[in-house]
Amino acid sequence: MTATAAYQVSHLDALEAESIFVMREVVAEMERPVLLFSGGKDSIVMLRLAQKAFAPANIPFPVMHVDTGHNFPEVLEYRDQRVAELGLQLIVASVPEALTKGLVRESADGMRNRIQTPVLLDAVEKHRFDALFGGARRDEEKARAKERMFSFRDEFGQWDPKNQRPELWALYNGRHHPGESIRVFPLSNWTELDVWHYIARERIPLPSIYYAHQREVIERDGMLYAVNEFFRGRAGEQPFKAQVRYRTVGDASCTAAVRSDADTVEKVIEEVAATRITERGATRGDDRVSEAAMEDRKREGYF
Amino acid sequence: MSVETVAPAEADASARQMDLLRFATAGSVDDGKSTLIGRLLYDTKSLFTDQLAAVEAVSAARGDEYTNLALLTDGLRAEREQGITIDVAYRYFATPRRKFIIADTPGHIQYTRNMVTGASTADLALILVDARKGLVEQSRRHAFLCSLLRVPHLVLCVNKMDLVDWSQEVFEQIADEFTAFAAKLDVPDLTVVPISALQGDNIVSRSENMPWYEGPSLLHHLERVHIASDRNLVDVRFPVQYVIRPQSTTVTDYRGYAGQVASGVLKAGDEVMVLPSGFTSRIAAVETADGPVDEAFPPMSVTVRLADEIDISRGDMICRPNNAPAVAQDIEAMICWMDETRPLQVGGRYAIKHTTRSARAIVRGLHYRLDVNSLHRDETAGELKLNEIGRVRLRTTVPLLADEYRRNRTTGGFVIIDEATNRTVGAGMIVEAG
Repeated sequence: MTATAAYQVSHLDALEAESIFVMREVVAEMERPVLLFSGGKDSIVMLRLAQKAFAPANIPFPVMHVDTGHNFPEVLEYRDQRVAELGLQLIVASVPEALTKGLVRESADGMRNRIQTPVLLDAVEKHRFDALFGGARRDEEKARAKERMFSFRDEFGQWDPKNQRPELWALYNGRHHPGESIRVFPLSNWTELDVWHYIARERIPLPSIYYAHQREVIERDGMLYAVNEFFRGRAGEQPFKAQVRYRTVGDASCTAAVRSDADTVEKVIEEVAATRITERGATRGDDRVSEAAMEDRKREGYF
Repeated sequence: MSVETVAPAEADASARQMDLLRFATAGSVDDGKSTLIGRLLYDTKSLFTDQLAAVEAVSAARGDEYTNLALLTDGLRAEREQGITIDVAYRYFATPRRKFIIADTPGHIQYTRNMVTGASTADLALILVDARKGLVEQSRRHAFLCSLLRVPHLVLCVNKMDLVDWSQEVFEQIADEFTAFAAKLDVPDLTVVPISALQGDNIVSRSENMPWYEGPSLLHHLERVHIASDRNLVDVRFPVQYVIRPQSTTVTDYRGYAGQVASGVLKAGDEVMVLPSGFTSRIAAVETADGPVDEAFPPMSVTVRLADEIDISRGDMICRPNNAPAVAQDIEAMICWMDETRPLQVGGRYAIKHTTRSARAIVRGLHYRLDVNSLHRDETAGELKLNEIGRVRLRTTVPLLADEYRRNRTTGGFVIIDEATNRTVGAGMIVEAG
């Protein structure tokens, strides 16, 4: 912590203190918490905060990856390395497995964003998790701007935006009946820029795809999609090489890259500070379905 | 909108030294609140082109005559369909000096519940009035709720000055009337700014249309208002949140008390008392994951180790032997009721969450219900319905370690939970704990 004689803390210290408070509150009050870990920058920061909240003890809960089967290899490698370093239990809720078992069916457009929700809910029920840490931030998306720090979900995992619990001071109400659960968002008040400033300050390593690199891409709807086994060009789409990086990391079939020369954390911060497009707007095909695409997914149990 | 902008948050190291100001906005769409928020976001480059384009597209499709910036914050399907704001929305912007969190509270539906929620964590509240209409009932209600929640700084924005010919007389009349009303309340710091949110006057820089106004622009004030002194650094209050005891072969015999400092300054060597037991000890160390710190103060989350082995668990409070909160089961409090299904009734039993401590409580008495518009006390009231405020007496199953809310917003505030539905049904501010 960087404190001055005037007993002031920086905005990053204030955000860190709030997130740590929230994580401790969950562990103190809930039976079976789990941290949703995608290998994306927000969940990586959340994991660092969990380390800090319980040091010198180990992180007292497992992590879970909802695996759509459409992964960036760099991210999977990062995930396994991080989990091993911290001695964490990793639970993989697998969409390909659920497809084989017939729990879900592939959607017509091949996107797996929507079908990962039943897979997540199935894992929550199987492991009887009652609190799920998610890295969602309120600045990301307008439906998320109205989300609580402690977000109540009914036995079907559904979010009811019109019926949320008032959240006053730092008094979080995590009470629930068996089968119900709470989604907890410790990074609610962080912005994309805050996350990057924190990554720089804490020298947190990230999967390499967050930094500029050469990649073969296809341009579709103004977004750059990497050509890989999950994403192939349609007729008329010409793959080309470009210098890109990822601003968000999600399902490899619907997450796009942005043109960028930012190959260090400092350069990424400069780029993020200057950008005029939101990170989801620039990189997520799944949010473009409709005005309320995110709200609709959240109501079904998505994060 | 004009393109007068300030630099966005800098990328360099100085940006990491910004502090944080949380503020709540109160007012309805008619007062130009959404326009003001849109203007603040736009002028600080915190509004993104894809967000603006989406709002413009929806506005055009609905046949709005102008770009409806309310759509920026009204993100839910039902809000867009019904043209209303349902819930508190959080918005973020930053300047090189400060990061800001706006709790944007809607003006119409569930007004009191949302305003109280937004104000509970606010360093500052921003109230808007329309210069053509002057103070209305709602402006007084906003001011009262801010004082009830002890928001340390209040800013009255007299908006739409362009529609009253930038009249100094109109502004001063509204400012005087509001100042007189605020004097009857507990409002420690009040600033009044004449603005035009639509045209950007006195938002980022001083308006050339109102040379008679000598105060700061709104953003200048928000960036510089002194909030460091709002924290209580006198009364040491450290609610124990969680006990850290590593089950490890490398770290043995470690017992640390984790929590967020509610008030006061803690440092190694300090003599402390633990409540409710009353045992005393000394602080052996104040630690974070990054190592020991010399001092801990609000809002730091730290781990405190004591020199002696004392039985301490979650819900206990570390304080000083000569400066301790009340240990009380009889609580006098102002309650704001937030449940639409069942009113608060005398004899009702509820769960309570206060600091890190949970208790059950029974309502022993309702002294009066307060009319938030006239401040009239109705002593014949038998219950509190949704959005009603009143003074009650509670008896708790276990003692609360409590201060008066006016002295400490963290150890003086609590929430009431319905044990059957698990819903948060009320907010309480302690007046007296004995």
